[in-house]
Amino acid sequence: MDSPGDKWVGQSLPRFEDAALLTGRGRYFDDCGTPPGTLHAAILRSPHGHARIEGIETAAARALPGVAAILTGEDIRATTTSLVVGVKAPMECWPIAVERVRYVGEPVVVVVATDRYVAEDALDLIEVRYAPLPAVTDPVAALAPAAPVLHDGLKGNLASERRFRYGDPEAAFAAAAHRVRIDVAYPRSACTPIECYGVLAEYDPGEDSYDVFANFQGPFSIHAVIARALRVPGNRLRLRTPPDSGGSFGVKQGVFPYIVLIAAAAKACGRPVKWVEDRLEHLAASSVATNRVTRLEAAVTADGIITALDWDQLEDCGAQLRAPEPATLYRMHGNMTGAYAIRNVAIRNRVVLTNKAPTGLNRGFGGPQVYFALERLVQRIAITLGLHPLDVIRLNLVPTAAMPYRTASGALLDSGDYATALETALRDGRHDELLRRRDAARAQGRHYGIGYTAVVEPSVSNMGYITAVLTPAERKRAGPKNGAQATATIQCDAVGSVSVHVASVPQGQGHRTVLAQVVADELGLRPQDIRVVTDIDTAKDAWSIASGNYASRFAPAVAGVARIAAQQLRARLTRIAAPLLNVPPEDVVLAGGKLHASGNADNALPFARVASSPHWAPGTLPAEDSAPLRETAWWTPPELTAPNESDEVNSSLCHGFIFDFCGVEVDRITGETRIDHYVTMHDCGTVLHPGMVAGQVTGGFAHALGAALYEAHSYADDGSLQTGTFADYLVPTAMEVPAPIILHHESPSPFTPLGAKGVGEGNCMSTPVCIANAVADALGLHDVTLPLLPATLAAHLHGAEPNAPAAAPKGERLLRGEGQARVNAPREQLWALLLDPDALMAIVPGAHGIQRTSPTDYTAEVTLGIGPVKGRYRVALALSDLDEPNALTLSGNAAGALGFGQGRGQVTLTDANGATIIAYRYEAAVGGKVASIAGRLLDGATRVVISQFFAALARQAAPQAPWWQRLLQRLGLRA
Amino acid sequence: MPRLSATQRHSIRFTLNGTPVQGEAEPRMLLTDFLRHVLGATGTHVGCEHGVCGACTVQVDGALARACLTLAVQVQGCEIRTVEGLAPAPGRLSILQEAFRRHHALQCGFCTAGILMSLDAFLRAQPDADEAALRDLLSGHLCRCTGYAPIIAAALDAAARLRETAHA
Repeated sequence: MDSPGDKWVGQSLPRFEDAALLTGRGRYFDDCGTPPGTLHAAILRSPHGHARIEGIETAAARALPGVAAILTGEDIRATTTSLVVGVKAPMECWPIAVERVRYVGEPVVVVVATDRYVAEDALDLIEVRYAPLPAVTDPVAALAPAAPVLHDGLKGNLASERRFRYGDPEAAFAAAAHRVRIDVAYPRSACTPIECYGVLAEYDPGEDSYDVFANFQGPFSIHAVIARALRVPGNRLRLRTPPDSGGSFGVKQGVFPYIVLIAAAAKACGRPVKWVEDRLEHLAASSVATNRVTRLEAAVTADGIITALDWDQLEDCGAQLRAPEPATLYRMHGNMTGAYAIRNVAIRNRVVLTNKAPTGLNRGFGGPQVYFALERLVQRIAITLGLHPLDVIRLNLVPTAAMPYRTASGALLDSGDYATALETALRDGRHDELLRRRDAARAQGRHYGIGYTAVVEPSVSNMGYITAVLTPAERKRAGPKNGAQATATIQCDAVGSVSVHVASVPQGQGHRTVLAQVVADELGLRPQDIRVVTDIDTAKDAWSIASGNYASRFAPAVAGVARIAAQQLRARLTRIAAPLLNVPPEDVVLAGGKLHASGNADNALPFARVASSPHWAPGTLPAEDSAPLRETAWWTPPELTAPNESDEVNSSLCHGFIFDFCGVEVDRITGETRIDHYVTMHDCGTVLHPGMVAGQVTGGFAHALGAALYEAHSYADDGSLQTGTFADYLVPTAMEVPAPIILHHESPSPFTPLGAKGVGEGNCMSTPVCIANAVADALGLHDVTLPLLPATLAAHLHGAEPNAPAAAPKGERLLRGEGQARVNAPREQLWALLLDPDALMAIVPGAHGIQRTSPTDYTAEVTLGIGPVKGRYRVALALSDLDEPNALTLSGNAAGALGFGQGRGQVTLTDANGATIIAYRYEAAVGGKVASIAGRLLDGATRVVISQFFAALARQAAPQAPWWQRLLQRLGLRA
Repeated sequence: MPRLSATQRHSIRFTLNGTPVQGEAEPRMLLTDFLRHVLGATGTHVGCEHGVCGACTVQVDGALARACLTLAVQVQGCEIRTVEGLAPAPGRLSILQEAFRRHHALQCGFCTAGILMSLDAFLRAQPDADEAALRDLLSGHLCRCTGYAPIIAAALDAAARLRETAHA
């Protein structure tokens, strides 16, 4: 396109970001270098879900050359303040364990050393003594009176409870022809960006100020939280971000506790300190979406119209309430009726704490949890009333004529034509053909089902929605919070070239390209003429608390305010050019790199000359236009008001509409779910860049498909993490993700400068439940729990499996086995060996330093490698039930940085003509990192270790002949 | 094979994208850390350090390798290719890179280096690769941004153009 009448916005331009990213010249956190003298941190983390810290022995680590500092929770507490907690409850939130650990992976000690390798060496030398406490991981169990309490100040694990009532739900339920209820538990998952967290921090004691470089994504309301924790005013916390970020999807908001931790370490060391999170740390302890238990009931008329909803939501935020939690629970508060016109709503919201990693932002943020309940319910209503699910959806959609539509709980749905979008999707997405495919498949006895979902996708969060967690009286005391400040700065330099800065902090969303298109349209330039900077330096750039990349706010808010800034700049340019062109300012046209008189393209000035004139010749300009051209625009939508006295909340500015349907087949034998046909219709308002919108949809779809079919952060009942690697936490690959059919129906938002709405999160809200509805349809299921792993569906296909023989106590990983070995030595000789520490040292695999502390008690250090995890364990062994020389019982426990366990083994010695048969049975329970990382290798590894033990015992008791003698014996010869 | 002391730094020499390079490292240093922090070749990214995500994939003597599961001392004397070596000249992109840009086959770009290295080697060995073969190859890489569809499209497009170039 070169004709000046056309617009750049709306075209799928190649991205300006890509040339660098494709050639290895991206500038991600760890590519940006460090100041001279920078030290490197590594973090020792809790292997326990819940334990008291009884002691931390750091002397050996401190003595390691290269170690500069070792910091425990007590050290950090002495120099920082607890992270602020978003509810009125007596609890603290530290970035490192203080006195107690409350989840696997919680930081316990920070080691700072000359390089990361040395820092990790030092971690191995630290001994932490834990007294394990009972853990609770299930949100319902955590509310029981006898449940272990995580935060003593709270008395229980309930951190917040609020009830809301809109319209007259009791009357609606009383009058309802049908009451339809659903109970669901939505699991934890996370979007796992491929780049993990990184923080580089420096402290200047002369100015008592911190300079932090981190791949944080916003919102910058968190800047205030960090500064408060570091005990400095905001202007003494300079926070900068790298130009590129390797994905986030909300997750990199969760780097902020580590900013506090590493900044405190930098202060303690007097040197810059850098920390890069590794993947195991990320999977255990970065940030995940909440899991939620929901009971939802609908009042429904005989015709299928939903007249009321009664929500009971129990939100599990893990071991701490980290800012901005419990925002996941309130982000959707205005949209609790989804895409439907339902006037009566009751809501009970509870927040519970459990021994799991703390939660935070994650693509979809609250939407997946809400829509899984609501859209499963819509399918149940259809089945209960004998209607087609599409009919229930059609009957209840918000009517087009009602737009903009105020929902019962206070959201203002900005625009949309839901009914038309739905019918268009059915037509263009070949719904009729899908029905025929289903019928044909079912005729062959295959499990084929169709699912439907209609959702509204909120974007541009109201910074005040989270205050709905407070009562109106508490809000009044705290002062009103609202709005969604966005800002953009555009300037023209001394040669008239144009630079744009926004505090949008993208992680791959192509902001620089789209902003260049937006600004080029306003200034009559080409996008490639405009340079855009999207990273932030809080000491120099315009920013506010809503800055950052979250709540799908780029297209509606940031791109919009960039247009406003460009319009302000254009107004100044036309005022400067008008007298030179001898026309009034309103007759100046900006096009083709020139400013010219309307209707006379020859009466023109080069853009650069006008744009640079305040630099070179301010004296020729009127006083009000003599300053160089630099315009900073601010925008916050007036629609985003604070929650009112009735708890009505316009939680988001924009509401896109999504209608999805899909056909899936569940394999009769394997239980694998295959997506056969997936259609996703979006109304995200004006599309600014079709290629990027498609990218957001396919990317969100892949995350949602992972959440639906594979991904779940899983914990054993004792708090052990079971998904600690990418071999256990299954992220879908190119083999599992089909391409969805993407359709659009554009209803521009009347509330945003460009008419755009957010589009990045919608499929994370619509797709998990759409797939679940299809699988429920395929198998005739009443209840569906994600992820829909083949193992889960096998019970529906093949009947329930018999229970495993016995569960380990507290849900640890239980290992058991038995075996026997023949040793060519008399029993008495073996018996003596088993009771001799020196002999044991030689035969226990990996043992060193065995000590006999009583006639029947031993301690030892044992180094064992299990799968990829090699570690050192302190082992205590006791012999009991001694029946010389016939039998004894060996019991013991082991603890190390990588895990812990206990076990018992019975050993019997039976005489066999002078030789001895040693028979053994053992039972062991293993927890901690070794169980989460190497769980599936444990059984085999244990068998190997035990067989090594008995082979060594046999060798020690009856040394073998040399190999050549054995070979000759085998050949029947004698040496 | 030389015997190396665990506690000493050793001189390591190899060819990186056609240029001889040299540095020192302890035997335990990963190739990723050596490339990125000793040589300053930061185009190769670290995503999981346990061999699953594929972000660190490089070519060692023409074969694909996870640089996070390779020690720097193991590539002594080898020819290493990384993403920095794919473009024909500064300011230009290869056919494969150009296809990625055209199809929006990257967003954050963090996994992209490894994917490009895998596709570069694969399309050379199997210029007629179809979608199924490409999906199979790409299953060794995790991308969290794109949903893979545009990557498949870019790979198929690049394969077709590379065949045309080969026949021209």
